[in-house]
Amino acid sequence: MESNIKVRNLNVFYGATQALKNINLDIPNKQITAIIGPSGCGKTTLLKCLNRLIESTDEVNVTGQVYVDGEDIYSPKTEVTHLRKKMGLLSQKPYPLPMSIFDNVAYGPRLHGTTKKNELKSIVEFYLKEANLWDEVKDRLSSPASKLSIGQQQRLCLARGLAVQPLVILGDEPTSALDPQSSAYIEQMFLKLKADYSIILVTHILRQAKRIADYIVYMYDGEIIEHGEASDVLNHPKHPKTIEYVSGVIS
Amino acid sequence: MKRKVIEEKFFLVLMIISATLIVSIIVLILTSIIIKGFSSFNLAMVSQTPKGGYYLGKEGGILNAIIGSFYIAGGATALATALGIPVVMLMNVYLKADSKVSAVLRLCFDVLWGVPSIVYGAFGFTLMIFFGLKASLIAGIIVVSILILPIIIRAIDEISQTIPEGLFHASLSLGATKLETGFKVNAKQILPGILTAVLMAFGRAIGDAASVLFTAGYSDSIPTSLTDSAATLPLTIFFQLSSPIKEVQDRAFAAVLILTIIVLCISLLSRLLTNRHNKYKI
Repeated sequence: MESNIKVRNLNVFYGATQALKNINLDIPNKQITAIIGPSGCGKTTLLKCLNRLIESTDEVNVTGQVYVDGEDIYSPKTEVTHLRKKMGLLSQKPYPLPMSIFDNVAYGPRLHGTTKKNELKSIVEFYLKEANLWDEVKDRLSSPASKLSIGQQQRLCLARGLAVQPLVILGDEPTSALDPQSSAYIEQMFLKLKADYSIILVTHILRQAKRIADYIVYMYDGEIIEHGEASDVLNHPKHPKTIEYVSGVIS
Repeated sequence: MKRKVIEEKFFLVLMIISATLIVSIIVLILTSIIIKGFSSFNLAMVSQTPKGGYYLGKEGGILNAIIGSFYIAGGATALATALGIPVVMLMNVYLKADSKVSAVLRLCFDVLWGVPSIVYGAFGFTLMIFFGLKASLIAGIIVVSILILPIIIRAIDEISQTIPEGLFHASLSLGATKLETGFKVNAKQILPGILTAVLMAFGRAIGDAASVLFTAGYSDSIPTSLTDSAATLPLTIFFQLSSPIKEVQDRAFAAVLILTIIVLCISLLSRLLTNRHNKYKI
């Protein structure tokens, strides 16, 4: 299994509480990895460690290493903006930026140095198509992003994230605020996108993991209990805690 | 049961009385200013400088004070905004939400907000003596900017705290720096709030007398350089009211009317901006 993201001995403390306990994990390339587990088990904390957004939390202490493309992202030499450009994030609730639909998608490319109007136009069109939103918004690109429905907003956020050309897409329960139709849209898009991107998806919906995940990481109380191919973990779980969760005894 | 009904009615009546009292005080202040002000108002007041004999009841106007006030309030607002925005940015973008530094800074600005303006005036005066400066436009601008700095900072700071964390994270995760996020995302989200804060501060700056009393000085001509002393509306009102000549005293109310109209317009404008829906706000 090839992996560009390797987590080694990762511990996270919020004040005195330990949120992640000695995490070791290789994320497979160009597959959908689902991190599952009951709420409060540290799924989102682990995800936030991968793009260092964890650092904006109050009183947090991170030890251990996370290697992205062989580079330890917690080394003082690592430029955090460079890292985050590689790790696209799709959050629980869509947060479009306070600007027009066009500017939302163009925001990232502009930050990273694309300024030519024509170039931006084609980037915006390409990624809005990629996120399956183009047909719905092509006639109102200059209207505020806040006017879109929440499902459209989440697809806009996806287009915006893809426009900076990340290697990885991090999804933090990206469908939890959406209606079933929009959720299905996002899931289908993930299945299409995994050809080009490694996708790491935190989800509390076991059925979603069953539908789209290739690789499963089961966490409980800050620890990785079991991880492996989705068919193995979901159909033949080994650890009693995983069996409980997968069979629906706890959720 | 009956007791509760009576209690309810009693306090309701009390509240209505308080509200009526407050509204009538405002109406009383405004009508007296308008009646007294209008009768002695003439066009020369806003188009001419005092020309020597104005304070003795002769011809002239207070254009020097109107322009002086706008210079000082405008300059001080610009200076305080330029100094204040980086501080707000530090507290809300760079420091974490529970940072002790932010807490100390907020406490400082709350204390500064409560300091009487004469204290700032006295402080400015001490500094001027120390540096050997005379009362001037620039000294007035600096002292008034210190007076309104806590207003600008705390008002923008309060509204900054309504920005959802997810929005901030969304921008960071696209590879933006904190600075880029602060200017391109946070500022856009709260733009009307920033304008309201700036206008509020301007309103406070233009109406304050004590801080400019020793620092800006007074002059019958319109200032042409930063080192000239400058007249201000609150001080021209003060000088006219303290005159023994009745005609001059009456004219003070016309100046009061002008100042009130300016401040009222600013309040209304800032209210308008607050209520205006920010088109792009998330």
